[in-house]
Parts: sequence; C-alpha cells; structure tokens
Amino acid sequence: MLLIDCPWCGPRDQTEFHPHGEAHIVRPGDPDSLSQEEWGDYVFFRTNPKGIHYERWVHAHGCRRWFNVMRDTVTDHIHATYKPGEPKPALPSTRPDDEKPGS
Amino acid sequence: MYASPEEIPLNSSCRSREKIEGTNSLREMGLKGKLNLRGDSGNLAFVAGVKAVLGLEPPVRANTYHEYQSHRLFWLGPDEWLLHCDLDAAGPLRESLARSLSGTHHAVTEVSDYYTVLRLRGPDAAAILRRGCPLDLYHEVFPAGNIAQTRFGHASVLLHYHGDGETWDIQVRWSYAEYVWDYLASAMRAL
Amino acid sequence: MTQIHRLPRGGRINRDTPLQFRYDNREYQGYEGDTLASALLANGVHLVGRSFKYHRPRGIYSAGSEEPNALVQLESGAHTEPNRRATEVELYDGLCAASQNCWPSVKFDLGAVSSGVSRLLPAGFYYKTFMWPASFWMTYEKFIRKAAGLGRSPEEIDPDHYDKLHAHCDVLVVGAGPAGLQAALSAGRSGARVILADEKPEFGGSLLSDPAVLGGRPAAEWVDAVVAELGDLPEVTLLTRTTVTGYYDYNFLVANERVSEHLGPRNRGGQPKERLWKIRARQVVLATGAIERPLVFADNDRPGIMLAGALRTYINRFAVLPGRRVGVLTNNDSAYLAALEAADAGADVEVIDVRKDPDGALVAKARDAGIGIRQDSTVAGVRYRGGRIRAAAVMKLSDSGSDVRGRRDTVHCDLLAVSGGWNPTVHLFSQGKGKLRYLEDQHCFVPGARSANNPGHEAGACKAAWTLPACLARGAEAGAAAARDAGFGGVVAADSPAVDEVPEGGMRPLWILPTDHPVGRGPGKHFHELHNDSTVADIALAAREGFVSVEHLKRYTTTGMGTDQGKTSNLNALSVMADIRGLPVPEVGVTTFRPPFTPLTFGAIVGHDRRELFLQKRKTPMHPWHETNGAMFEDVGDWKRPYYFPLPGESMHDAVQRECRAARTAVGMLDASTLGKIDIRGKDALRLLNMVYTNAWDTLRPGRCRYGLMLNEHGMVFDDGVTTCLGEHHYHMTTTTGGAARVMNWLEEWLQTEWPSWEVYCTSVTEQWAVATLTGPGARDLLSSLCDRPLDDDAFPFMSMQAFPVAGIPARVFRISFTGDIAFEINVRARHGLALWETLIDAGKKHALCPYGTETMHVLRAEKGFIIAGQDTDGTVTPMDLGMDWIVSKKKGDFLGRRSHARTDTAREGRKQLVGLLTEDPVFVLPEGTHVVEPLRDSPPMNMLGHVTSSYMSPNVGRSIAMALIKDGFNRKGETLSVSLMDGGSHRVTVTDPVFLS
Repeated sequence: MLLIDCPWCGPRDQTEFHPHGEAHIVRPGDPDSLSQEEWGDYVFFRTNPKGIHYERWVHAHGCRRWFNVMRDTVTDHIHATYKPGEPKPALPSTRPDDEKPGS
Repeated sequence: MYASPEEIPLNSSCRSREKIEGTNSLREMGLKGKLNLRGDSGNLAFVAGVKAVLGLEPPVRANTYHEYQSHRLFWLGPDEWLLHCDLDAAGPLRESLARSLSGTHHAVTEVSDYYTVLRLRGPDAAAILRRGCPLDLYHEVFPAGNIAQTRFGHASVLLHYHGDGETWDIQVRWSYAEYVWDYLASAMRAL
Repeated sequence: MTQIHRLPRGGRINRDTPLQFRYDNREYQGYEGDTLASALLANGVHLVGRSFKYHRPRGIYSAGSEEPNALVQLESGAHTEPNRRATEVELYDGLCAASQNCWPSVKFDLGAVSSGVSRLLPAGFYYKTFMWPASFWMTYEKFIRKAAGLGRSPEEIDPDHYDKLHAHCDVLVVGAGPAGLQAALSAGRSGARVILADEKPEFGGSLLSDPAVLGGRPAAEWVDAVVAELGDLPEVTLLTRTTVTGYYDYNFLVANERVSEHLGPRNRGGQPKERLWKIRARQVVLATGAIERPLVFADNDRPGIMLAGALRTYINRFAVLPGRRVGVLTNNDSAYLAALEAADAGADVEVIDVRKDPDGALVAKARDAGIGIRQDSTVAGVRYRGGRIRAAAVMKLSDSGSDVRGRRDTVHCDLLAVSGGWNPTVHLFSQGKGKLRYLEDQHCFVPGARSANNPGHEAGACKAAWTLPACLARGAEAGAAAARDAGFGGVVAADSPAVDEVPEGGMRPLWILPTDHPVGRGPGKHFHELHNDSTVADIALAAREGFVSVEHLKRYTTTGMGTDQGKTSNLNALSVMADIRGLPVPEVGVTTFRPPFTPLTFGAIVGHDRRELFLQKRKTPMHPWHETNGAMFEDVGDWKRPYYFPLPGESMHDAVQRECRAARTAVGMLDASTLGKIDIRGKDALRLLNMVYTNAWDTLRPGRCRYGLMLNEHGMVFDDGVTTCLGEHHYHMTTTTGGAARVMNWLEEWLQTEWPSWEVYCTSVTEQWAVATLTGPGARDLLSSLCDRPLDDDAFPFMSMQAFPVAGIPARVFRISFTGDIAFEINVRARHGLALWETLIDAGKKHALCPYGTETMHVLRAEKGFIIAGQDTDGTVTPMDLGMDWIVSKKKGDFLGRRSHARTDTAREGRKQLVGLLTEDPVFVLPEGTHVVEPLRDSPPMNMLGHVTSSYMSPNVGRSIAMALIKDGFNRKGETLSVSLMDGGSHRVTVTDPVFLS
C-alpha cells in the first residue's frame, strides 16, 4: 500500500488517490498538422516501462489536485512527487532495490 | 413557508437527531451557510478583496483554517477555500465578495446545502474515526486548529478537530450523510 | 477417565476452571488456558483428521500456527468455520469441533481407498488426467471437489460482527518472544509510539514453553515484569491474540486480532469477534522467531509423530505429556531439551540421532540422565495402529547417510518427537519485498537486504540468533535502532537479564532419511509436505519431468500451497530438490511468500463494510418520500434512485406501463436530483465549453440552455447534458447521473494539467440542488398553479431557464426536456427538496400527477430516440455513429476528440450505427444485449452485425421498441434481420429510424 506525498497535503494513504496514467503527455497544439501515426501515438501509445515511470495521480479524497509521481514499477518505490508543470526529476543513479518482479 | 433549515438529510430521513453509545455521541449539526471560494492567493487584490468582506485572509497553509467572528475559512486546495458562516449570511456574503472581487479572477459559489456536518464527541472520538479514516489522528500529528480532507469509508470528508481531545466535526456531501452516519454508528458499537 | 495425559503439576493452565468441550461428538474436559490441541492430547486423542489427497490418518503435529494436519471444523451452523488449526483454537466452555475431510468418520474413512491406489495419484495427476476434453472439466471438478477439499464453508449469514481500523506508530514490533519484548521495551522507553503484536494469548513466545531462568527468576516472571512496564508506557499498544498476516509497501501491515473468539460464540458480550488492524509504521521490528523443520522419513506423517519443540510446549506450557514412551528423532541438539523434559515428566525416552558422534553439552546431559541414545541411526518406518504409532523401526545409517545398513531394531514408542533444525520465520520479511539470504553453515534462509520502501530491523531467531542471550541482546538493539531511525534521540538498548545457556553442537543436514526400500518404491511414504500430501517421490517426479524451477516445483507438487503456506515444508522441499539436482540450496531458489501468513476470515477482511455499508450509497433529499410510498430502487452510480412506484398488487411491467401513459397523457414527475451539476465561472468558461463539447457555444445568451455531447480524445461519446448560461462568464453544466464525477474530473484534469493559465473555475454543485422534473401535457398547468407568472412559449420558451419561487420556494426552473414533451426541471436548494416534492404531489392531485422512476424515464426517452450515454454508447461510438452529425461543429475549430474523427477507422464506412429495431411480434421485448445476426444459422458461429442497446414495451407506441448498434445500420433501414436469443431461439426484426414517437 503506497504512501504518496501529495505536493500540497503531504504523505497520505494510497486509498485517497486515483492514478490517471502516464504523465508528461502534452496535447498537440495543432492536431490537424499531425499524421495519423503521430495522432495515434498521442492518443493510444504509452511507454509502460519496467522501471522508472512518470505518472499522473489525483488526490481524489483530499485537495483534488492533479500531480505527478516518479515511481519504479519494479520495486514500487516512489522517488519523487511534483506539481504539474514542474520538470521531470532526474533519474536516480542507482536503484535502491533491484530484485526480480513477480517471483 | 418551506424554508425550514432543520430539513437536513438525516433529520429528514426520520432518524433520531442524536446517537449516544456509552460516553460518545453523534449528531447532525444545524445547517450552516457555506460558500466555495476560488482565486489566486498570490494575487494581492484577491487576498485584500476577501479580507475586506470576511475580515480574514484565505489560509495558504494546507489543512488549516482561519477564523474571524462567525466566519471560518477552510483550506481546500491551493486556490480553493470553503467558508462557513451563518446560514442567512451566505447570500449577502456571496454578493459582497462578488462586488469586492470584481475585476479579479475568482469564483464564489453557494454550497450551503451541498454539505452537512456531523459532530462526533467523546473520549473515543478519534478511535471511532480510525475505523474508517486512514489518516493519523494522533494529537501530535493532528493538532488543534488542523483540518484535513480525507476519506471515511468510501466517502470524502472534511475533518475538523476542535483540539479539546473529544470533538470532531465531519463534513460530508449531503447525499453521503446517511452512509457516513451508519458507518460511524457501526464503529461506535465496535469499540 | 479424563485427561489421562495431563501432568499433575505445572503449565500455564488454570486447573480451577475445567472446561467441557465436544470433539467428534464425544465429550471431553480441558482447562482454561488450553488450546483445543493441548486438551485433545491431554485426553489421549492424537488422530484428528484425514489428509487432503490420500485421506491418510493424521495427528497433531505442532503447537502453533505452522500446524499442517490438525485442521478442524469449529462450531456448527451459522458460527461454523472450516480449516481452523486445533493448535491455535483456545479452549472455551462448550466448544464444539469436528474433524474434516473424512466420511463417515475419521477412524473409518471411505476416501482412504485412494491411499491404496496412491500410485495412481502422483503429483500433477489432476493436470494430466483431467485436461481433455476441456468441456468435461465441469464434470471432473465436481468429482474432485467431493473427493478432496477441506472443511465446509458456512452457509448461513455470519451472526458475528467484526471491527476494522487504521493505526499508526513509530515502531511496530511483530512477535513478543524474548527478542520482541526487549525490542518493544527499548523502543517504548524512548517515548516512541510502539505497537507490540503477538499471535498467542500471552506474551512471552518461546519463554512460555521454556523452564529457563532469566536474571535469577523463572522466565514467566521476567515476562510478566516486562509486560507490566510496557503496559505502563502511555504510547505503547499491546496486542495479544493478534497475528500480523501481511506486510505491504511503505510499512503497511495488516494484523488480525481475535478479540472474543476465545470466549465462544455465546459469550462474546457484544464484542466484535475479530478486529483487523491496518497499521502504518515508520519502523518495523520483525521478531517472528523460528519454526522447527520436520525430518523426512518413511511414514513420517503418522499420528503420534510431532515436532520436538511442540512436545516441549505441551509439557511446559500445557502440562500435557502426550506419550508414555517417547522416541526422539533428531539431527541437532535442540531436541535433547525435549528428551530431557519428557524424561523429567516421567516418560521413557530414547533418542535416535542421525549424527555420527553427537557430543554437545545437551547430549552429555541426556546421557547423564540415563536417556538411551542411538547415534548414526534413523527411523526407517513406524508401526501404526489404533489412532497412533506404537513403535519405530530404527536402522543404522550408511557412511554418506543416503542408505541404511544392518537390521531393523524396534523402539517401542507411542510418541515420536522429531527435529530437523529450525527455519527462521521469514514470511513477513519476504512479503515486504526483503531479499532472503541462505546461511550455508546453518542450512536456512535469513533476512537479507530490506526493500527501500520498508525500513526496519529484524532480531532473534528470525535472524538465526539461536541462543536466548543472543535473542535478548539483539532484540534490545533492534528496538533501540528502530526508535532512533524513527526520530527518537538518546535511545539506549534495554539491558538483558543474565541467562545460563548451554551451548549447542552442530547439526547433520540429511534431507531425506533413507529406509530399506528406495524412496518412493516401498510401502512407506516420505512426506515433505503434510498439508497437501506431497512426497519426496513427487519432487523426484517433478525433477524427471523437467519442473525444476522452484516456481514449477511448487505448482506441480502443490508444496506450500495449502492453508499453512508450507511453514514446515518449504525448506525441506527445496533441499530435496537441491539434493536431486546436485545443486546448493540457494541455486534452486526460493518462492516469494505471500500474504496472509495465516488465513483470515472474510468477516475480518470486510469489517464494517458489510450489508448496507458494503458500498457507499447516496440518497436524494426526496428519498424519504420515495421510501414511504413504496418505491422500488435501482442503483445508478452510488445513488439509490426510484426505479418505479408500484401500486398495491402491481407488477413492474404494470407500474411502468401506467407511469409511461400518465407521463404522456397527464403529468409525470421524476426525481432528477442525481444529475451531475457543475458551476463554471471565469473569462475562459466559454473557451472551456467549446473545448469539451462538440458544438459551438458562442451564441448562447444568459438564460438560455443548450444540449452538448462530450467526447474523449478517441472521438468517442462519453457523456452528455444540458448547459445553461447564467450570466456573463457563468454557466451551469449538467451531466448524467453516473458520469458526474467523471465529467468533473475531466474538466479539472485538463484545466490543472494542460490549461493552467485559463481563467475558469469549476465547482461541483450536485448536492446543492434538489430537482423535480414535471413532464407531459399537464405540466404547465400544474406549475402555473404554484407560481404567479406566465409559462407560455413566448414568456418561457423551450431551452431557457428562469429563476422564480415555486410554492414560495426560491427555484431555478429549466424548460428543457428528456421526454420530448413539454417539461420543467425545478431546481431548489437541497434543504427544500422534500418540501417541494410533497407540495407538487399535493398540488398534482388535481392534474393526475404520477411520480415515475428510472425505468419509465428510459422508455419515454427511447420513444423519442434520445440516447443514454453509457447505455446506447460504450466508448466505441462517435456522434456520427449515433446519427448526431448535427451536433458536431465543423466551423468552431479544435475540440477534444475532433482530430480522432479523421482517423481511418473512425471515418470509415460500415461502422456500427444506432438504429431502431421493430420486432416481428409486437409484444415480444428483445433482451438488451441480444446479438443481431445475418444470416441466421442453426448454431453459432454466426455473422454478428451488432447488439441491442435499449429495449422496452412502450404503451405510447403500442408495441415493443428497441435501439441497436448495427454494422452499416443507416443503410440497412427497412431491412429485416435476425436476432439470436440466449435460449437458442431467434426472432425477426426490422431496422428503422430510432424515433418511434413523433
């Protein structure tokens, strides 16, 4: 059960939040100028990484603000939480926990 | 005359106005005036405009509130607050705020009926809340003067601790009031 | 004769309180402080069940939560609980339990015939035998479930209630043995918030089963002093009878407290039966101890065989000597304590030690006590009769230990205590994503590196501290370190009491003890896993068939997959596989331990979330009237909405037909309070509407309303509703009932993440307004009677809003319609909702007003071909697919979802499109979801064209009507197609326009 540090309210139980998928996907400014493939990439394709994932969450039962979480999908370790509009935090130099998933 | 403020959810659903279990009690408070306030707390005109009408500034620290006379302004988000005031004052205050803030980006919306407030009181009040709320309500972590938006069971609530070791106000959307009441009653029995 | 095996003195039982209990329909007596297992053993009962697969007789094997055999059906009727471990069930007066997995009785079990044909039931038998044909699985399954399976699930509603709560602490200490007590003491003295949890009814752990002397006083006295001090610390919470069952991320742990189970179902005194603790800890100290390993020898599963440590517990803690002649089979020194204590209690004891030349201090002590020791020997088989063993066959081991030599000697014994060494209880550590490390010299896994998410410490036997002084010292250090790491300065480790400890000698790691037949060939079975009846021969078979990965091994042999989670069997299984493959144990690997450590009842998991609290429910201000007036309710989102209002004797069909007719011929009234409502304000409000709706909003003047469709970025419809301009830069948006939260989140997410500079605020006002909708030819007259203003089309035109009092209540009245008839949606503050409704009901009597529910609402809108987002759409439907091109602006520029309409798939011909369907038989109502096919064949597969999305009997059209999404539907209007019905039948339908009533 994650403990998520809401950038406004502080650390709260995961059950107060909802995940909203991958973060940093910017809506194209001029959709008409995009090819089918480019628009398809924007609408359908996500990175789904094994490792560091930048994802969007909302503090649904709290301040109802959207923010971003940098989470390792292997270890579930949350490296950082940050407000929308802020840049992606740097990658950690070493993973704190590198065991195999799902063994 | 149909404007009876006593017709609030639990009362109108024919429940007893108060539930007592041992030394702990639960009751629904009378209807308060409530305004939802949106604006930019970094904008001096907005802050001044609010203060001119309410006599207080919007709190910028999360999970706190400011109080002035019968006005209590709760932090809901970085650009969102909730005013509790006398029921009759909600309309006039809404109009005064709109005037005072005209020309400044803001929104004032009356939500007096959107929420109702349950008051849980007793030596075990925090223990009862722990049955449905994942927050740490320990007095050092959740001191007097703090509020929190969190969940109780499946419902979103605003918790307001009075700091006396026994009184908590639980604000909940009207439609969820009966669910929260029943959950609290179940928790009171489980002590 | 009762309690013939009870010792005359000692134990932590209360001899002044004898308790009567029933087991398998026989009356027995035990004492307060007993477990069901200790009370049965006191009465000489060893045989307590039949095994899972072979139905072999089984006895009590342990004294704790690791018990693989003694699973009983506790109590009967509504209170019954299957698979309870007799070793964990505390005795109470009137307790009633029965053995399970046997018929007609545990002594004569018909299922035991499978024991005789066990060669036909090897590992993987079910997988191999019941694979083909797949459709027969249902038949096989019934047979298997009857033959195998454990206890019976309760069939009545559980009359008990359960509690569940959240807790937070600085330091959670799991396990209150010597290490855990010292840890809690060190942390507690620092002022940290400490929770100490232990699964037993008393704190003390192994000290309760140990006549050790600590600091010059008996262990129990030392425990009492520590517990008393902990009890005086205000920030320390002590939880006995509490099993920490799960360790999740960020030090979130779940613990189950058995609050009143030990009082029996009739004496709970109003207390919950169990309480689930959901604990978030800054630091976790695991002091979970160790579990003794069995030895794997021929017929090692017979009743009368138990772990040596369990024997010590029964003697010291419960004052029960379960045998008169005790054999002790061991590969290490610790079992000699059992031998010494059994001898001291009056038993004839003989030790069979697999080691060649055991020479530890305890061995010498046993020799001095006159206990016979057969070294370099093993048990090659046992004689079993009448519910327990009678003798063990003892043979000398070969040099390597892989064979026996010489002749069989008989050791007469009615109890055989075994010890294969100890395994640290690492389950929670592993659940918490900690990595296990194998200690070669100790032949066990211990906690290694912790997950970065789960800070804490481990201490005591769970970290292979095998002596009491080490446990005490390491525990104190771990508790102090945890408090320090949780932010408490100046913490010191509690002093350890002085203890005399006899050093132990080494062990001889023999994982399979040989007999005079090759393993798996002779009459004897070598069980490495008692719970699921898995043998060494099964592991060998798995290896031969290539299931050598530890994960395959587990699933193929079902090792560790029982309700005991393989607490006694896992390491033996790994070691046997390592032996077979000639690999070191760590290279075979270890499976991940998963929650729960011990089984949880559903009641404990559910807690307060049951019955009316199972799901959150939302009610409108008018709900009391609906309830009083006999409404049937439908769940819409979380809301309880009136479904229909039957008059006495009316069926649903009758009620809905009556409501539909009344709404078209007189006045109908609907509680529409549940519609989502959002107040939108700011300079960029219009920009927002233009972005989220498909149509253009620039021309909407104050007081006017407009209908809009909302699309996701895929271009698919996800919600709809009417939005009204209330004034400059100020709008009132409505959404569907079920979509309210989704739409609010949709707006907020875009505004907060993509368009943060836009000057617009959205505020949910759903509950602020109660809404009564009047519809039908009499609606205007009825409303006129309650307000003093003209309501004709000129004064109050369609798609407009006016604010005026209705029956004296301030209201916003919207002249919009979801029925196609003239309608008024009257919005008042929620506090006036019920009063408004009741006033309208009264005033409506003159107008033949009929309240109606959601079903009639659906029929009325379908008659006019209005869609319901989420019913006629399913996330794959564009406005064009609905024939609603008219609402998609070609001129206004970009809006969400627009670009996707130019995608090849979205723009292609022949997509599924919304059409009407008329059945050949006008009274036949198509089931919603029915497939439309062409051509119709006798049996599937058939070419599926689409499906029915809405279907009703319409009294106003005078026949059944339906809407469907059909491939190329617009071009098929007039065609006759077939529907394939669930019962195998079919029906002919004609494709039409979806507007049935003009």
